Amino acid sequence: MKEFLGTNGLILNEPLLWEKGKKGRSGFSLPRRDVESSPLGQGLTCEGPDLPDLSEIDVVRHYTRLSQWNFGVDTGMYPLGSCTMKYSPKTNEKQANLPGFAGAHPLLPAALSQGVLRMMFELQQYLAEITGMDATTLQPAAGAHGELAGMLLMYAFHKSRGERRSKIIVPDTAHGTNPASAALCGYSPVPVKSNDQGILSVETIAEVMDENTAGIMVTNPNTLGLYEENIHKIAEIVHAKGGIVYCDGANMNAVMGVTRMGEIGVDIIHLNLHKTFSTPHGGGGPGSGPVCVKKELEPFLPVPCVMEENGIYGLSEDFPESVGRMQAFHGNVGVMIKAYSYIRSMGPKNLKKASQLAVLNANYIKERLKGTLHLAYDRPCMHECVFSDENQTAHKIATIDMAKRLMDYGFHPPTVYFPLVVHGSIMIEPTETESKEDIDQFIEAFKAIANEAGRDPDLLRDAPQRCKVRRLDETTAARKPCLAG
Amino acid sequence: MKEINELNMPDDARYADDHEWARLEGDKVRVGLDDYAQDQLGDIVFVELPQEGDSFKKGEVFATVESVKAVCECYLPVGGKIIAVNTALEEAPELLNKSPYGDGWMAELDPAELSEMDTLMTNVKCLEKLKGAE
Repeated sequence: MKEFLGTNGLILNEPLLWEKGKKGRSGFSLPRRDVESSPLGQGLTCEGPDLPDLSEIDVVRHYTRLSQWNFGVDTGMYPLGSCTMKYSPKTNEKQANLPGFAGAHPLLPAALSQGVLRMMFELQQYLAEITGMDATTLQPAAGAHGELAGMLLMYAFHKSRGERRSKIIVPDTAHGTNPASAALCGYSPVPVKSNDQGILSVETIAEVMDENTAGIMVTNPNTLGLYEENIHKIAEIVHAKGGIVYCDGANMNAVMGVTRMGEIGVDIIHLNLHKTFSTPHGGGGPGSGPVCVKKELEPFLPVPCVMEENGIYGLSEDFPESVGRMQAFHGNVGVMIKAYSYIRSMGPKNLKKASQLAVLNANYIKERLKGTLHLAYDRPCMHECVFSDENQTAHKIATIDMAKRLMDYGFHPPTVYFPLVVHGSIMIEPTETESKEDIDQFIEAFKAIANEAGRDPDLLRDAPQRCKVRRLDETTAARKPCLAG
Repeated sequence: MKEINELNMPDDARYADDHEWARLEGDKVRVGLDDYAQDQLGDIVFVELPQEGDSFKKGEVFATVESVKAVCECYLPVGGKIIAVNTALEEAPELLNKSPYGDGWMAELDPAELSEMDTLMTNVKCLEKLKGAE
């Protein structure tokens, strides 16, 4: 077998910039003063800010070293379940750096912003087409912001019909932020349990859905990586009582070009451009959480809306029923450009293929690791699979120990202890961008770790051993956080 | 993590399905999280307690406990009015791990229906249930 990726490479220490600086050192030269010197007014004089004095090479080495301590999807496999850490093609960056885009300013008049407005308008249409919905807002800054936008839309919809509903159904397999987004909008989340198959039962929803319930927040595929097979019937029940079906689209990477959400009863869905549409995230850049809706909800979308008339693009605030602005300007436009670039370079066929391969990769891992790790729900999964540490508890090895040990093998750990419905969960999402060779190495690493758990469990308890820093004291960090340098 | 036979489940307390304990002390009831819950949660880093004077029904969320692994809601095993909370947990949440039935107690209440104590499990029954779930 090939060698594993993790080694003891030479990792350089790096002090804080303030410890590194030396008085009088500078990274630039000012031109010679060619005017008379004159003193500043009293209100403008004070001690300068405490900035370190550094040369250019000090700064370059500092940040280069910090970047070498980091692990990202450009470094290696990053199978963080529920996060879709797929590779972000560099062409996306190239397009976002085109001078017309990079130099755009939100206060420029529409006549001077036709390119960026056209990009936004078309992206709205593409996202509506991909999800099978009717209209899109690009404003929300990230996933949870999109969820909040969805809740505000739901509230505005009921209000327009003279209704005030106070509750919202949130299954235990929904994304963790869903109940918080509902509560932030003033709704009381009603938790419901998934069934023994890991999905929602029609009966469970029928029991709790009533005329005081605004709707349901369902994540599909859910956080167990399973497709909500009863979604159509569930949507019928919710609609029959006048409710709205909100879908958290964070797991859209499993079903692009396969499931048309609008046709299975979804009224509102948010997307994470930074997950499904390959823009950098997780410290690599801001997010973007567009919301797509069915026609009935379109009047309530945030303003301003991007409009097109006779080939001319503009922004309109003329939507009296709108929930208002979600952003000071238009959202994270740089992320939109990258997502637009991704969608255009992939095209409909390849977007579908990306989803198919994401599902295939997850099922491959599920099948090959299911003897080694305990599989929570033994049935075909979507883009991610959920294991637990049950097979290792006899050795007193927990999920956290295996996750930390995986770092020694050169992989980013998967998502751990989420979803909460599986005790000690290990949630693996390989995405479509990993090759079979890389996935095989990941599987072999997990098998080797499971073997170590029986043979030499302290290896795992003391892991990571090869990283820049060893096992951190997360407890003290959480109990007595040190929030300043 | 502990094996079931390593758990400390004292016989003077009663246990709820969600692993809260309740202990009768005079006409008051003291509640907390049992050894199984604290062990499963791991190092507890934050505890949110109710206010004195709050009233809850049996089964309602009265507190939230956060560990390095998870956040979990605690359900009151017996309904009633909160008459005291263990404020020491705010500064020292680790008491919940170190002494779940002693210094790590969570709240004391004036029970609305003392008979609700009888709906809870004895330590023997609770351990049997855990063994059955294995």
